[in-house]
Amino acid sequence: MSIDNSTVKKVAKLARIEINEEEETTLIIELNNILGWVDELKQVNTDSVEPMLSVFNESMQMREDKAESNFDNNQILDNSPESNSGFFVVPKVVE
Amino acid sequence: MNDFENLSISSAIEGLANKNFTSLELTEFFIKKIEKNKDLNCFITSTFDKAIEMAKISDQKIKENEARPLEGIPIGMKDLFCTNGVRTTAGSKILENFVPFYESTVSNNLWNSGAIMLGKTNMDEFAMGSANTTSFFGNVKNPLGSKVNKELVPGGSSGGSASAVSSGLCLGSTGSDTGGSIRQPASFCGLVGLKPTYGRCSRFGMIAFASSLDQAGPITKTVEDSALMLQAMVSFDKRDSTSSRQSIPDFSDFKKLSIKGKRIGIPKEYMIDGLNSDIKKIWDSGISWFKSEGAEILEISLPHTKSALPTYYIIAPAEASANLARYDGIRYGFRHNADDLNDLYQKTRGFGFGKEVKRRLMIGTYVLSAGYYDAYYLKALKVRKLISQDFEDSFQKCDLILTPTTPNVAFAIGEKQTNPIEMYLNDVLTVPASLAGLPAISVPSGFNSEKLPIGLQLIGKPFDEISVLAAGAVIEESRGF
Repeated sequence: MSIDNSTVKKVAKLARIEINEEEETTLIIELNNILGWVDELKQVNTDSVEPMLSVFNESMQMREDKAESNFDNNQILDNSPESNSGFFVVPKVVE
Repeated sequence: MNDFENLSISSAIEGLANKNFTSLELTEFFIKKIEKNKDLNCFITSTFDKAIEMAKISDQKIKENEARPLEGIPIGMKDLFCTNGVRTTAGSKILENFVPFYESTVSNNLWNSGAIMLGKTNMDEFAMGSANTTSFFGNVKNPLGSKVNKELVPGGSSGGSASAVSSGLCLGSTGSDTGGSIRQPASFCGLVGLKPTYGRCSRFGMIAFASSLDQAGPITKTVEDSALMLQAMVSFDKRDSTSSRQSIPDFSDFKKLSIKGKRIGIPKEYMIDGLNSDIKKIWDSGISWFKSEGAEILEISLPHTKSALPTYYIIAPAEASANLARYDGIRYGFRHNADDLNDLYQKTRGFGFGKEVKRRLMIGTYVLSAGYYDAYYLKALKVRKLISQDFEDSFQKCDLILTPTTPNVAFAIGEKQTNPIEMYLNDVLTVPASLAGLPAISVPSGFNSEKLPIGLQLIGKPFDEISVLAAGAVIEESRGF
Protein backbone atom coordinates (compact mmCIF):
# COMPACT_ATOMS: atom_id res chain seq x y z
CA MET A 1 0.00 0.00 0.00
CA SER A 2 1.33 3.40 -0.80
CA ILE A 3 -0.25 6.77 -1.12
CA ASP A 4 0.97 8.99 -3.91
CA ASN A 5 0.15 12.54 -4.84
CA SER A 6 -2.80 11.61 -6.99
CA THR A 7 -4.37 9.66 -4.10
CA VAL A 8 -3.84 12.60 -1.75
CA LYS A 9 -5.43 14.93 -4.30
CA LYS A 10 -8.37 12.60 -4.74
CA VAL A 11 -8.95 12.15 -0.99
CA ALA A 12 -8.64 15.91 -0.39
CA LYS A 13 -11.25 16.46 -3.06
CA LEU A 14 -13.56 13.89 -1.47
CA ALA A 15 -13.08 15.57 1.91
CA ARG A 16 -13.62 19.01 0.33
CA ILE A 17 -10.37 20.33 1.76
CA GLU A 18 -8.12 22.56 -0.30
CA ILE A 19 -4.46 21.71 0.26
CA ASN A 20 -1.42 23.46 -1.10
CA GLU A 21 1.63 21.75 -2.55
CA GLU A 22 3.57 21.85 0.68
CA GLU A 23 0.70 20.26 2.58
CA GLU A 24 0.38 17.67 -0.13
CA THR A 25 4.02 16.63 0.24
CA THR A 26 3.74 16.35 4.04
CA LEU A 27 0.45 14.48 3.84
CA ILE A 28 1.90 11.88 1.47
CA ILE A 29 4.57 11.03 4.04
CA GLU A 30 2.26 11.20 7.06
CA LEU A 31 -0.60 9.23 5.56
CA ASN A 32 1.78 6.53 4.36
CA ASN A 33 3.24 6.29 7.87
CA ILE A 34 -0.11 6.18 9.60
CA LEU A 35 -1.74 3.78 7.17
CA GLY A 36 1.38 1.60 7.20
CA TRP A 37 1.10 1.50 10.97
CA VAL A 38 -2.61 0.62 11.09
CA ASP A 39 -1.91 -2.06 8.49
CA GLU A 40 -0.81 -4.33 11.33
CA LEU A 41 -4.50 -5.01 11.92
CA LYS A 42 -4.42 -7.22 8.84
CA GLN A 43 -2.62 -9.80 10.97
CA VAL A 44 -5.55 -10.09 13.39
CA ASN A 45 -7.81 -13.01 12.58
CA THR A 46 -11.35 -11.65 12.30
CA ASP A 47 -12.98 -14.58 10.51
CA SER A 48 -16.61 -14.88 11.62
CA VAL A 49 -16.32 -11.77 13.87
CA GLU A 50 -19.26 -9.40 13.67
CA PRO A 51 -18.32 -5.73 13.14
CA MET A 52 -19.05 -3.57 16.20
CA LEU A 53 -20.47 -0.18 15.27
CA SER A 54 -21.31 0.86 18.81
CA VAL A 55 -21.11 -0.46 22.35
CA PHE A 56 -24.62 0.81 22.98
CA ASN A 57 -26.95 -2.16 23.21
CA GLU A 58 -30.20 -0.71 24.52
CA SER A 59 -33.02 -0.71 22.03
CA MET A 60 -33.88 2.68 20.64
CA GLN A 61 -37.33 3.94 21.48
CA MET A 62 -39.96 5.04 19.01
CA ARG A 63 -41.38 8.50 19.38
CA GLU A 64 -44.35 10.24 17.93
CA ASP A 65 -43.74 11.48 14.40
CA LYS A 66 -44.27 15.10 15.28
CA ALA A 67 -42.21 18.13 14.32
CA GLU A 68 -40.78 20.04 17.27
CA SER A 69 -38.73 23.19 17.08
CA ASN A 70 -37.91 25.75 19.69
CA PHE A 71 -35.89 27.92 17.37
CA ASP A 72 -36.90 30.69 15.07
CA ASN A 73 -35.33 31.40 11.71
CA ASN A 74 -33.54 34.53 12.82
CA GLN A 75 -31.71 32.77 15.66
CA ILE A 76 -30.44 30.25 13.16
CA LEU A 77 -29.46 32.80 10.52
CA ASP A 78 -27.60 34.93 13.07
CA ASN A 79 -24.73 32.42 12.94
CA SER A 80 -24.54 32.25 9.16
CA PRO A 81 -21.71 34.05 7.34
CA GLU A 82 -24.21 35.54 4.89
CA SER A 83 -27.99 35.62 4.79
CA ASN A 84 -30.65 37.55 2.95
CA SER A 85 -34.42 37.76 3.39
CA GLY A 86 -34.48 34.71 5.65
CA PHE A 87 -32.25 32.58 3.43
CA PHE A 88 -28.62 31.42 3.49
CA VAL A 89 -26.62 33.02 0.71
CA VAL A 90 -24.28 30.87 -1.42
CA PRO A 91 -22.37 31.62 -4.61
CA LYS A 92 -24.36 31.34 -7.81
CA VAL A 93 -24.92 27.65 -8.63
CA VAL A 94 -26.76 27.91 -11.98
CA GLU A 95 -25.51 29.71 -15.06
CA MET B 1 -9.80 37.21 51.50
CA ASN B 2 -9.73 33.47 51.99
CA ASP B 3 -7.33 31.40 49.93
CA PHE B 4 -9.57 29.08 48.03
CA GLU B 5 -7.13 27.61 45.53
CA ASN B 6 -6.63 24.31 47.34
CA LEU B 7 -10.29 23.93 48.19
CA SER B 8 -12.13 20.81 47.01
CA ILE B 9 -15.71 20.92 45.82
CA SER B 10 -16.89 18.93 48.84
CA SER B 11 -15.19 21.28 51.29
CA ALA B 12 -16.51 24.30 49.38
CA ILE B 13 -20.06 22.93 49.67
CA GLU B 14 -19.50 22.58 53.41
CA GLY B 15 -18.01 26.06 53.73
CA LEU B 16 -20.91 27.59 51.84
CA ALA B 17 -23.47 25.69 53.94
CA ASN B 18 -21.75 26.80 57.15
CA LYS B 19 -21.71 30.40 55.87
CA ASN B 20 -17.89 30.53 56.19
CA PHE B 21 -17.87 32.32 52.84
CA THR B 22 -20.29 33.15 50.07
CA SER B 23 -20.42 31.97 46.50
CA LEU B 24 -19.79 35.54 45.40
CA GLU B 25 -16.54 35.59 47.40
CA LEU B 26 -15.52 32.27 45.88
CA THR B 27 -16.39 33.41 42.38
CA GLU B 28 -14.58 36.73 42.70
CA PHE B 29 -11.50 34.93 44.01
CA PHE B 30 -11.38 32.67 40.95
CA ILE B 31 -12.05 35.54 38.53
CA LYS B 32 -9.01 37.38 39.93
CA LYS B 33 -6.94 34.22 39.81
CA ILE B 34 -7.88 33.57 36.18
CA GLU B 35 -6.93 37.14 35.26
CA LYS B 36 -3.58 36.72 37.00
CA ASN B 37 -2.81 33.47 35.20
CA LYS B 38 -3.66 34.36 31.63
CA ASP B 39 -0.29 33.04 30.50
CA LEU B 40 -1.48 29.47 31.17
CA ASN B 41 -4.08 30.07 28.42
CA CYS B 42 -6.67 27.86 30.15
CA PHE B 43 -9.72 29.75 28.94
CA ILE B 44 -10.83 30.62 25.40
CA THR B 45 -13.78 32.71 26.58
CA SER B 46 -14.39 33.99 30.09
CA THR B 47 -17.93 34.58 31.35
CA PHE B 48 -17.27 36.64 34.47
CA ASP B 49 -20.43 38.76 34.37
CA LYS B 50 -22.52 35.66 34.04
CA ALA B 51 -20.56 34.01 36.87
CA ILE B 52 -21.24 36.93 39.24
CA GLU B 53 -24.90 36.88 38.34
CA MET B 54 -25.10 33.11 38.95
CA ALA B 55 -23.18 33.44 42.24
CA LYS B 56 -25.68 35.99 43.54
CA ILE B 57 -28.56 33.66 42.76
CA SER B 58 -26.69 30.82 44.49
CA ASP B 59 -26.09 32.89 47.62
CA GLN B 60 -29.79 33.69 47.72
CA LYS B 61 -30.69 30.00 47.42
CA ILE B 62 -28.23 29.08 50.19
CA LYS B 63 -29.73 31.79 52.38
CA GLU B 64 -33.20 30.42 51.79
CA ASN B 65 -32.04 26.84 52.49
CA GLU B 66 -32.81 25.85 48.94
CA ALA B 67 -29.29 24.91 47.91
CA ARG B 68 -29.00 22.48 45.02
CA PRO B 69 -26.20 19.81 45.00
CA LEU B 70 -23.49 22.03 43.47
CA GLU B 71 -24.91 25.35 44.61
CA GLY B 72 -22.42 28.18 44.18
CA ILE B 73 -19.52 26.02 42.93
CA PRO B 74 -17.47 27.81 40.21
CA ILE B 75 -16.35 25.51 37.41
CA GLY B 76 -14.76 25.61 33.96
CA MET B 77 -16.73 24.31 30.97
CA LYS B 78 -14.78 22.68 28.16
CA ASP B 79 -15.37 24.68 24.99
CA LEU B 80 -16.82 21.57 23.36
CA PHE B 81 -20.13 21.97 25.20
CA CYS B 82 -22.57 24.34 23.52
CA THR B 83 -23.61 27.12 25.88
CA ASN B 84 -26.61 29.25 25.08
CA GLY B 85 -25.54 32.76 24.11
CA VAL B 86 -21.88 32.07 24.93
CA ARG B 87 -19.38 31.54 22.11
CA THR B 88 -18.45 27.88 21.65
CA THR B 89 -15.43 27.19 19.43
CA ALA B 90 -14.25 23.58 19.99
CA GLY B 91 -10.77 25.17 19.76
CA SER B 92 -11.21 25.76 16.02
CA LYS B 93 -10.95 28.73 13.70
CA ILE B 94 -13.94 27.34 11.84
CA LEU B 95 -16.14 27.98 14.91
CA GLU B 96 -14.30 31.11 16.07
CA ASN B 97 -17.49 33.18 16.11
CA PHE B 98 -20.11 30.51 16.71
CA VAL B 99 -22.68 31.45 19.37
CA PRO B 100 -25.09 28.58 20.09
CA PHE B 101 -28.73 29.36 20.80
CA TYR B 102 -29.18 26.18 22.81
CA GLU B 103 -27.52 24.55 25.79
CA SER B 104 -25.84 21.14 25.89
CA THR B 105 -27.58 18.70 28.22
CA VAL B 106 -24.46 18.19 30.35
CA SER B 107 -23.89 21.91 30.92
CA ASN B 108 -27.60 22.48 31.46
CA ASN B 109 -27.62 19.74 34.11
CA LEU B 110 -24.67 21.40 35.86
CA TRP B 111 -26.31 24.84 35.90
CA ASN B 112 -29.53 23.26 37.18
CA SER B 113 -27.45 21.80 40.02
CA GLY B 114 -26.27 25.28 40.97
CA ALA B 115 -22.78 25.22 39.43
CA ILE B 116 -21.33 28.53 38.23
CA MET B 117 -19.66 29.03 34.85
CA LEU B 118 -16.38 30.96 34.96
CA GLY B 119 -15.68 30.40 31.28
CA LYS B 120 -15.04 28.04 28.42
CA THR B 121 -11.81 26.10 28.68
CA ASN B 122 -9.20 25.68 25.97
CA MET B 123 -8.85 22.36 24.19
CA ASP B 124 -7.25 20.64 21.23
CA GLU B 125 -9.10 21.51 18.03
CA PHE B 126 -12.24 19.36 17.89
CA ALA B 127 -10.69 17.33 20.75
CA MET B 128 -8.06 15.94 18.39
CA GLY B 129 -4.80 15.97 20.29
CA SER B 130 -3.00 14.74 23.38
CA ALA B 131 -1.01 17.84 24.33
CA ASN B 132 -3.38 20.77 23.82
CA THR B 133 -1.08 22.03 21.09
CA THR B 134 -3.61 21.84 18.24
CA SER B 135 -5.94 24.59 19.55
CA PHE B 136 -6.46 27.53 17.21
CA PHE B 137 -6.31 29.66 20.38
CA GLY B 138 -2.80 28.57 21.29
CA ASN B 139 -1.39 25.87 23.50
CA VAL B 140 -2.19 25.56 27.19
CA LYS B 141 0.59 25.35 29.77
CA ASN B 142 0.72 22.82 32.56
CA PRO B 143 1.13 24.75 35.87
CA LEU B 144 3.36 21.96 37.19
CA GLY B 145 5.98 22.89 34.60
CA SER B 146 7.25 25.60 36.95
CA LYS B 147 8.37 22.80 39.32
CA VAL B 148 10.90 21.62 36.76
CA ASN B 149 11.57 24.95 35.02
CA LYS B 150 10.11 23.71 31.75
CA GLU B 151 7.07 24.58 29.73
CA LEU B 152 5.13 21.35 29.95
CA VAL B 153 1.99 20.30 28.13
CA PRO B 154 -1.12 19.74 30.24
CA GLY B 155 -2.13 16.79 28.06
CA GLY B 156 -5.16 16.83 25.85
CA SER B 157 -7.63 17.23 24.59
CA SER B 158 -9.19 18.59 27.81
CA GLY B 159 -5.94 20.45 28.58
CA GLY B 160 -7.48 23.80 29.50
CA SER B 161 -9.87 22.09 31.91
CA ALA B 162 -7.08 20.13 33.59
CA SER B 163 -4.64 23.03 33.80
CA ALA B 164 -7.36 25.31 35.24
CA VAL B 165 -8.23 22.90 38.07
CA SER B 166 -4.59 22.07 38.76
CA SER B 167 -3.61 25.74 39.04
CA GLY B 168 -6.60 26.53 41.25
CA LEU B 169 -8.48 28.69 38.72
CA CYS B 170 -11.74 26.80 39.37
CA LEU B 171 -12.98 24.03 41.65
CA GLY B 172 -13.67 21.48 38.93
CA SER B 173 -14.21 21.31 35.21
CA THR B 174 -15.83 19.28 32.49
CA GLY B 175 -13.95 17.26 29.95
CA SER B 176 -14.78 14.93 27.12
CA ASP B 177 -13.02 11.68 26.42
CA THR B 178 -12.91 9.97 23.03
CA GLY B 179 -9.65 8.04 23.46
CA GLY B 180 -8.25 9.41 26.71
CA SER B 181 -8.95 13.14 26.62
CA ILE B 182 -10.10 13.29 30.26
CA ARG B 183 -7.82 10.67 31.84
CA GLN B 184 -4.54 11.64 30.16
CA PRO B 185 -4.62 15.39 31.02
CA ALA B 186 -5.85 14.54 34.53
CA SER B 187 -2.82 12.29 34.91
CA PHE B 188 -0.42 14.95 33.54
CA CYS B 189 -1.81 17.62 35.88
CA GLY B 190 -2.11 15.51 39.06
CA LEU B 191 -5.91 15.31 39.05
CA VAL B 192 -8.79 12.86 39.10
CA GLY B 193 -10.36 12.36 35.66
CA LEU B 194 -13.38 10.13 35.14
CA LYS B 195 -14.78 8.87 31.86
CA PRO B 196 -18.12 7.28 32.66
CA THR B 197 -19.71 4.40 30.76
CA TYR B 198 -20.66 5.30 27.19
CA GLY B 199 -24.27 6.52 27.35
CA ARG B 200 -24.20 7.86 30.93
CA CYS B 201 -23.84 11.50 29.86
CA SER B 202 -25.90 12.87 27.02
CA ARG B 203 -24.02 13.93 23.90
CA PHE B 204 -26.69 16.48 22.98
CA GLY B 205 -25.02 19.84 22.41
CA MET B 206 -21.54 18.37 22.74
CA ILE B 207 -19.67 19.13 19.52
CA ALA B 208 -19.15 15.74 17.89
CA PHE B 209 -15.76 14.19 17.19
CA ALA B 210 -16.33 10.40 17.06
CA SER B 211 -19.90 9.74 18.15
CA SER B 212 -19.53 6.07 19.09
CA LEU B 213 -16.72 6.99 21.50
CA ASP B 214 -17.35 10.56 22.77
CA GLN B 215 -18.30 10.71 26.42
CA ALA B 216 -18.33 13.62 28.89
CA GLY B 217 -16.91 13.44 32.39
CA PRO B 218 -15.48 15.51 35.26
CA ILE B 219 -11.93 16.62 36.07
CA THR B 220 -11.51 17.31 39.78
CA LYS B 221 -9.02 17.31 42.65
CA THR B 222 -10.55 14.41 44.57
CA VAL B 223 -12.51 11.21 43.97
CA GLU B 224 -15.34 12.54 46.11
CA ASP B 225 -15.54 15.67 43.91
CA SER B 226 -15.59 13.43 40.85
CA ALA B 227 -18.66 11.61 42.20
CA LEU B 228 -20.35 14.92 43.01
CA MET B 229 -19.82 16.37 39.55
CA LEU B 230 -20.68 13.14 37.77
CA GLN B 231 -23.99 13.00 39.65
CA ALA B 232 -24.89 16.42 38.31
CA MET B 233 -23.79 15.66 34.72
CA VAL B 234 -25.57 12.36 34.01
CA SER B 235 -29.16 11.99 32.82
CA PHE B 236 -31.25 10.09 30.35
CA ASP B 237 -31.86 12.39 27.38
CA LYS B 238 -34.27 11.61 24.60
CA ARG B 239 -32.36 14.02 22.35
CA ASP B 240 -29.38 11.64 22.27
CA SER B 241 -30.24 8.30 20.65
CA THR B 242 -27.45 6.56 22.59
CA SER B 243 -28.31 8.03 25.97
CA SER B 244 -28.74 5.19 28.45
CA ARG B 245 -31.93 4.37 30.36
CA GLN B 246 -29.94 2.47 33.00
CA SER B 247 -30.93 3.59 36.49
CA ILE B 248 -28.66 6.25 37.93
CA PRO B 249 -27.25 5.37 41.35
CA ASP B 250 -26.22 7.73 44.11
CA PHE B 251 -22.53 7.86 43.15
CA SER B 252 -21.52 8.98 46.65
CA ASP B 253 -22.38 5.42 47.73
CA PHE B 254 -18.83 4.59 46.65
CA LYS B 255 -17.86 5.58 50.21
CA LYS B 256 -19.85 2.66 51.62
CA LEU B 257 -18.32 0.15 49.23
CA SER B 258 -15.40 -1.92 50.52
CA ILE B 259 -12.73 -3.16 48.15
CA LYS B 260 -12.09 -6.13 50.46
CA GLY B 261 -12.59 -9.34 48.54
CA LYS B 262 -12.86 -7.56 45.19
CA ARG B 263 -10.82 -9.08 42.40
CA ILE B 264 -8.44 -6.65 40.69
CA GLY B 265 -7.11 -7.74 37.33
CA ILE B 266 -3.63 -6.73 36.16
CA PRO B 267 -3.44 -7.04 32.38
CA LYS B 268 0.00 -8.24 31.33
CA GLU B 269 -0.37 -6.63 27.88
CA TYR B 270 -0.28 -3.14 29.48
CA MET B 271 3.36 -3.78 30.41
CA ILE B 272 4.30 -2.18 27.09
CA ASP B 273 7.73 -1.39 25.70
CA GLY B 274 8.56 2.16 26.60
CA LEU B 275 6.58 2.21 29.84
CA ASN B 276 8.42 4.68 32.05
CA SER B 277 10.19 2.91 34.93
CA ASP B 278 8.85 5.33 37.57
CA ILE B 279 5.34 4.62 36.31
CA LYS B 280 5.98 0.87 36.50
CA LYS B 281 7.06 1.33 40.13
CA ILE B 282 3.89 3.24 41.00
CA TRP B 283 1.83 0.53 39.29
CA ASP B 284 3.50 -2.04 41.58
CA SER B 285 2.76 0.18 44.60
CA GLY B 286 -0.87 0.34 43.48
CA ILE B 287 -1.03 -3.42 43.43
CA SER B 288 0.33 -3.60 46.98
CA TRP B 289 -2.15 -0.98 48.22
CA PHE B 290 -5.07 -3.05 46.98
CA LYS B 291 -3.56 -6.21 48.51
CA SER B 292 -3.33 -4.45 51.88
CA GLU B 293 -6.98 -3.48 51.59
CA GLY B 294 -7.88 -7.16 51.19
CA ALA B 295 -8.46 -7.19 47.45
CA GLU B 296 -7.48 -10.23 45.45
CA ILE B 297 -4.93 -9.48 42.73
CA LEU B 298 -4.84 -11.63 39.63
CA GLU B 299 -3.02 -11.45 36.34
CA ILE B 300 -5.35 -11.24 33.38
CA SER B 301 -4.89 -11.15 29.64
CA LEU B 302 -6.44 -8.70 27.21
CA PRO B 303 -4.86 -10.25 24.11
CA HIS B 304 -5.95 -7.62 21.58
CA THR B 305 -4.59 -4.62 23.52
CA LYS B 306 -1.86 -4.07 20.94
CA SER B 307 -4.47 -3.60 18.20
CA ALA B 308 -6.50 -1.00 20.10
CA LEU B 309 -4.59 2.12 19.03
CA PRO B 310 -4.51 1.31 15.27
CA THR B 311 -8.22 0.37 15.52
CA TYR B 312 -8.95 3.70 17.17
CA TYR B 313 -7.00 5.58 14.49
CA ILE B 314 -9.30 4.12 11.84
CA ILE B 315 -12.64 4.37 13.64
CA ALA B 316 -12.24 7.82 15.21
CA PRO B 317 -11.06 9.60 12.02
CA ALA B 318 -13.75 7.79 9.99
CA GLU B 319 -16.49 9.03 12.31
CA ALA B 320 -14.88 12.47 12.44
CA SER B 321 -14.84 12.75 8.65
CA ALA B 322 -18.61 12.24 8.64
CA ASN B 323 -19.29 14.47 11.67
CA LEU B 324 -17.14 17.35 10.47
CA ALA B 325 -18.73 17.37 7.02
CA ARG B 326 -21.23 19.84 8.50
CA TYR B 327 -18.62 22.64 8.52
CA ASP B 328 -19.29 23.92 5.04
CA GLY B 329 -19.11 27.69 5.53
CA ILE B 330 -22.75 28.19 4.77
CA ARG B 331 -24.94 27.81 7.83
CA TYR B 332 -22.52 28.80 10.59
CA GLY B 333 -18.87 29.31 11.27
CA PHE B 334 -16.01 30.61 9.20
CA ARG B 335 -16.47 31.13 5.45
CA HIS B 336 -13.75 31.66 2.90
CA ASN B 337 -15.35 33.41 -0.04
CA ALA B 338 -15.06 31.90 -3.49
CA ASP B 339 -16.68 32.14 -6.90
CA ASP B 340 -18.34 28.76 -6.95
CA LEU B 341 -19.84 26.55 -4.31
CA ASN B 342 -17.32 23.73 -4.47
CA ASP B 343 -14.45 26.17 -4.19
CA LEU B 344 -16.17 27.77 -1.21
CA TYR B 345 -16.38 24.41 0.59
CA GLN B 346 -12.77 23.52 -0.15
CA LYS B 347 -11.30 26.90 0.78
CA THR B 348 -13.46 27.22 3.91
CA ARG B 349 -12.33 23.82 5.15
CA GLY B 350 -8.75 24.22 3.93
CA PHE B 351 -8.29 27.50 5.81
CA GLY B 352 -10.74 26.83 8.65
CA PHE B 353 -9.33 23.55 9.96
CA GLY B 354 -5.91 23.12 11.54
CA LYS B 355 -3.24 20.64 10.52
CA GLU B 356 -4.13 17.77 12.85
CA VAL B 357 -7.85 17.98 12.03
CA LYS B 358 -7.12 17.97 8.29
CA ARG B 359 -4.79 15.00 8.72
CA ARG B 360 -7.49 13.01 10.51
CA LEU B 361 -10.21 14.01 8.06
CA MET B 362 -7.96 12.78 5.26
CA ILE B 363 -7.38 9.43 7.02
CA GLY B 364 -11.08 9.10 7.78
CA THR B 365 -12.09 9.89 4.22
CA TYR B 366 -9.52 7.46 2.85
CA VAL B 367 -10.54 4.50 5.04
CA LEU B 368 -14.19 5.03 4.14
CA SER B 369 -13.58 5.47 0.43
CA ALA B 370 -14.53 2.93 -2.22
CA GLY B 371 -12.03 0.08 -2.37
CA TYR B 372 -10.64 0.65 1.14
CA TYR B 373 -13.77 0.47 3.29
CA ASP B 374 -13.57 -3.30 3.87
CA ALA B 375 -9.81 -3.43 4.31
CA TYR B 376 -9.68 -0.63 6.87
CA TYR B 377 -12.98 0.48 8.35
CA LEU B 378 -14.82 -2.85 8.42
CA LYS B 379 -11.67 -4.59 9.64
CA ALA B 380 -11.33 -2.07 12.48
CA LEU B 381 -14.96 -2.58 13.51
CA LYS B 382 -14.30 -6.32 13.77
CA VAL B 383 -11.15 -5.84 15.82
CA ARG B 384 -13.14 -3.47 18.05
CA LYS B 385 -15.48 -6.37 18.76
CA LEU B 386 -12.51 -8.54 19.76
CA ILE B 387 -11.16 -5.83 22.07
CA SER B 388 -14.55 -5.44 23.70
CA GLN B 389 -14.86 -9.22 24.01
CA ASP B 390 -11.47 -9.35 25.79
CA PHE B 391 -12.84 -7.07 28.50
CA GLU B 392 -16.08 -9.04 28.76
CA ASP B 393 -14.12 -12.25 29.25
CA SER B 394 -11.84 -10.66 31.83
CA PHE B 395 -14.75 -9.29 33.81
CA GLN B 396 -15.93 -12.86 34.31
CA LYS B 397 -12.82 -13.29 36.44
CA CYS B 398 -12.28 -9.87 37.97
CA ASP B 399 -14.27 -6.82 39.13
CA LEU B 400 -11.84 -4.06 38.21
CA ILE B 401 -8.72 -3.61 36.11
CA LEU B 402 -5.72 -1.61 37.36
CA THR B 403 -3.25 -0.10 34.86
CA PRO B 404 -1.14 3.02 34.43
CA THR B 405 -3.01 5.88 32.70
CA THR B 406 -0.16 6.95 30.42
CA PRO B 407 3.18 5.46 29.36
CA ASN B 408 4.98 8.68 30.34
CA VAL B 409 4.64 11.82 32.45
CA ALA B 410 3.93 15.30 31.06
CA PHE B 411 6.41 16.28 28.34
CA ALA B 412 7.69 19.63 27.13
CA ILE B 413 5.70 21.82 24.76
CA GLY B 414 7.11 21.24 21.29
CA GLU B 415 8.05 17.60 21.87
CA LYS B 416 6.43 14.80 19.84
CA GLN B 417 5.45 17.22 17.08
CA THR B 418 7.36 15.75 14.17
CA ASN B 419 5.81 12.30 13.93
CA PRO B 420 2.02 12.12 14.54
CA ILE B 421 2.21 8.47 15.65
CA GLU B 422 4.54 9.45 18.51
CA MET B 423 1.81 11.79 19.79
CA TYR B 424 -0.88 9.14 19.28
CA LEU B 425 1.06 6.70 21.50
CA ASN B 426 0.14 8.84 24.52
CA ASP B 427 -3.28 7.25 24.46
CA VAL B 428 -2.17 3.62 24.11
CA LEU B 429 -3.35 2.72 27.63
CA THR B 430 -6.59 4.72 27.63
CA VAL B 431 -7.97 3.88 24.16
CA PRO B 432 -8.93 0.22 24.85
CA ALA B 433 -11.52 1.18 27.53
CA SER B 434 -12.87 3.85 25.17
CA LEU B 435 -13.40 1.34 22.37
CA ALA B 436 -15.22 -0.93 24.84
CA GLY B 437 -17.26 1.99 26.27
CA LEU B 438 -16.22 1.17 29.83
CA PRO B 439 -16.03 3.50 32.84
CA ALA B 440 -12.45 4.41 33.73
CA ILE B 441 -10.82 6.81 36.16
CA SER B 442 -7.33 8.21 36.47
CA VAL B 443 -6.22 8.95 40.03
CA PRO B 444 -2.95 10.66 41.06
CA SER B 445 -0.85 7.89 42.57
CA GLY B 446 2.71 9.11 42.88
CA PHE B 447 5.51 11.13 41.31
CA ASN B 448 8.56 10.56 39.16
CA SER B 449 12.04 11.61 40.27
CA GLU B 450 11.32 15.17 39.10
CA LYS B 451 8.13 15.27 41.21
CA LEU B 452 5.84 15.20 38.19
CA PRO B 453 2.56 13.39 38.84
CA ILE B 454 1.79 9.84 37.76
CA GLY B 455 -1.77 8.56 37.46
CA LEU B 456 -3.10 5.03 37.72
CA GLN B 457 -6.17 3.99 35.78
CA LEU B 458 -9.01 1.82 37.04
CA ILE B 459 -11.38 0.32 34.48
CA GLY B 460 -14.73 -1.07 35.57
CA LYS B 461 -17.66 -3.08 34.25
CA PRO B 462 -20.29 -1.19 32.25
CA PHE B 463 -22.29 1.19 34.49
CA ASP B 464 -20.24 0.26 37.56
CA GLU B 465 -18.82 3.74 38.18
CA ILE B 466 -19.34 3.20 41.92
CA SER B 467 -16.71 0.43 42.11
CA VAL B 468 -14.35 2.52 39.98
CA LEU B 469 -14.77 5.45 42.39
CA ALA B 470 -14.40 3.21 45.45
CA ALA B 471 -11.15 1.79 44.11
CA GLY B 472 -9.99 5.31 43.25
CA ALA B 473 -10.59 6.27 46.87
CA VAL B 474 -8.36 3.39 48.01
CA ILE B 475 -5.51 4.91 45.98
CA GLU B 476 -6.19 8.32 47.51
CA GLU B 477 -6.01 6.88 51.03
CA SER B 478 -2.97 4.70 50.42
CA ARG B 479 -0.63 6.88 48.35
CA GLY B 480 0.61 8.90 51.31
CA PHE B 481 0.17 12.48 50.08
